[in-house]
Amino acid sequence: MNIIKKFMQMDRRYVFALVGICVLIPLLLPIGLPTWVTKPTRDFFNAIDNIPPNQKPILLSFDFTASTMPENMPMAEAVLRHCFGKGIRVLLMTHYPAGTGMIEIALDKVLKEYEKKYGEDYVFLGYMPGGSAVMLSLGESIRRTFPKDYYGNKVDTLPMMADVHNYDDIPLVVSISGSALPLYWIIYAGTTYRQKVACGVTAVSAPEFYPYLETGQFEGMLGGLKGASEYENLVERYNYSNPDVRKTASIGMDAQSLAHFLIIVLVILGNVAFFAIKRSK
Amino acid sequence: MSTNPWIWVAAFLTLCIYTFLYRDNPFYKFAEHLLVGVSLGYWIAVYYHNSFIPKVWEPLIMEQELRVLVPTILGLMTFSTLVPRFSWLVRYPIAYTVGMYSGYSIPRNFQAYIFKHVQSTMLTTLTISSVIILIGVISTLVYFYFSTEHKGAIGGVARTGIWFIMLAFGAGFGYTVMARISLLIGRMQFLLHDWLGIIR
Repeated sequence: MNIIKKFMQMDRRYVFALVGICVLIPLLLPIGLPTWVTKPTRDFFNAIDNIPPNQKPILLSFDFTASTMPENMPMAEAVLRHCFGKGIRVLLMTHYPAGTGMIEIALDKVLKEYEKKYGEDYVFLGYMPGGSAVMLSLGESIRRTFPKDYYGNKVDTLPMMADVHNYDDIPLVVSISGSALPLYWIIYAGTTYRQKVACGVTAVSAPEFYPYLETGQFEGMLGGLKGASEYENLVERYNYSNPDVRKTASIGMDAQSLAHFLIIVLVILGNVAFFAIKRSK
Repeated sequence: MSTNPWIWVAAFLTLCIYTFLYRDNPFYKFAEHLLVGVSLGYWIAVYYHNSFIPKVWEPLIMEQELRVLVPTILGLMTFSTLVPRFSWLVRYPIAYTVGMYSGYSIPRNFQAYIFKHVQSTMLTTLTISSVIILIGVISTLVYFYFSTEHKGAIGGVARTGIWFIMLAFGAGFGYTVMARISLLIGRMQFLLHDWLGIIR
């Protein structure tokens, strides 16, 4: 009983250290545990893959900042690789001031792998405060919402934007988010303008979004690092990305699995100890 | 090992934040305060360049669009709270914002959150999943119905509702663990790959 009592009073720093070790070891010595593609990720992939190349652009909104970067950035980079690899044009924007930095980081990395021209293959609209008002305004006029792009060019002067005026000219909105913003996209773009929406979200918020996937309000969804890893693998399998590309989400999956195993063991041990102490009283 | 000084700065700050896992200390405090200060400065600069200049300065001063005066004055009224004598003026921008936001969001919220979900709960096709969803929704709603004592048949349905709620909590906790571990993996990858260069 003494051991059980000691276990229950264990300093939480030991748990931190164990979790750290479980994450560190698989990163240094990869195990290569298998993962498979789930339906929400397959639907997300198909929603983008069904868009014809060199025509209307998708609207990719980086609705996240540095705090959720480890989960959201691999998703965003994989979407860019998928689009650039297939020749789908991309319109980039963000609802967060720090999101512009996220877009720049992703573009810096992905553009080295493809020969894409600014204004013809992709346009960076930048950040505009307003949230839901911006989403509604895009349905009326993209030009009025973003008169200039992030680099100060008039949107009218960009060749890619010649036939792109509002949601009618955007086959899909993709929101990569660390918050509830995909729900706002559903309300203000999806419900009001019947705009198709897909999302990539952090694991902590994924359960909140599943009902909307079930109702068909999202075309597809990437949930957390696992979703990002599945999507990275799909993009690579269909030859949209270079096989040498560093798949950050997939690299982390071994560590994720091992850390989850540790948490499961700790939860079971904690419960066993709790009931053993209760019974002894 | 990285030769980029900014990677070293980021690595140092990451380690400073992680020292909190041991106990609160000056390194953690330094990184925390630096984050708050930098974030505030960054937000002010971004709002100035992305909001004030294109939405107020350029249309009002360069293009003489007088209609921009209305939202500008409403916006300036929010600063009236700084002067107690004129603080009552703040009611007008708040009233405008609440009215406008309610007007455009309430009908859409009903459509997206209520109607669509009630519609998809209906048994249009008889599958195991749709039956489980229907039972889950009804029993959970019964659990939150407090005008009748939860006894007998109502109590049984309410208890079923508790099971569904517990399952939802479990799923939520599992996903939360996954999210937190992902953040740690992200930082570890940064330290081991971008900074130290010891993993591919």
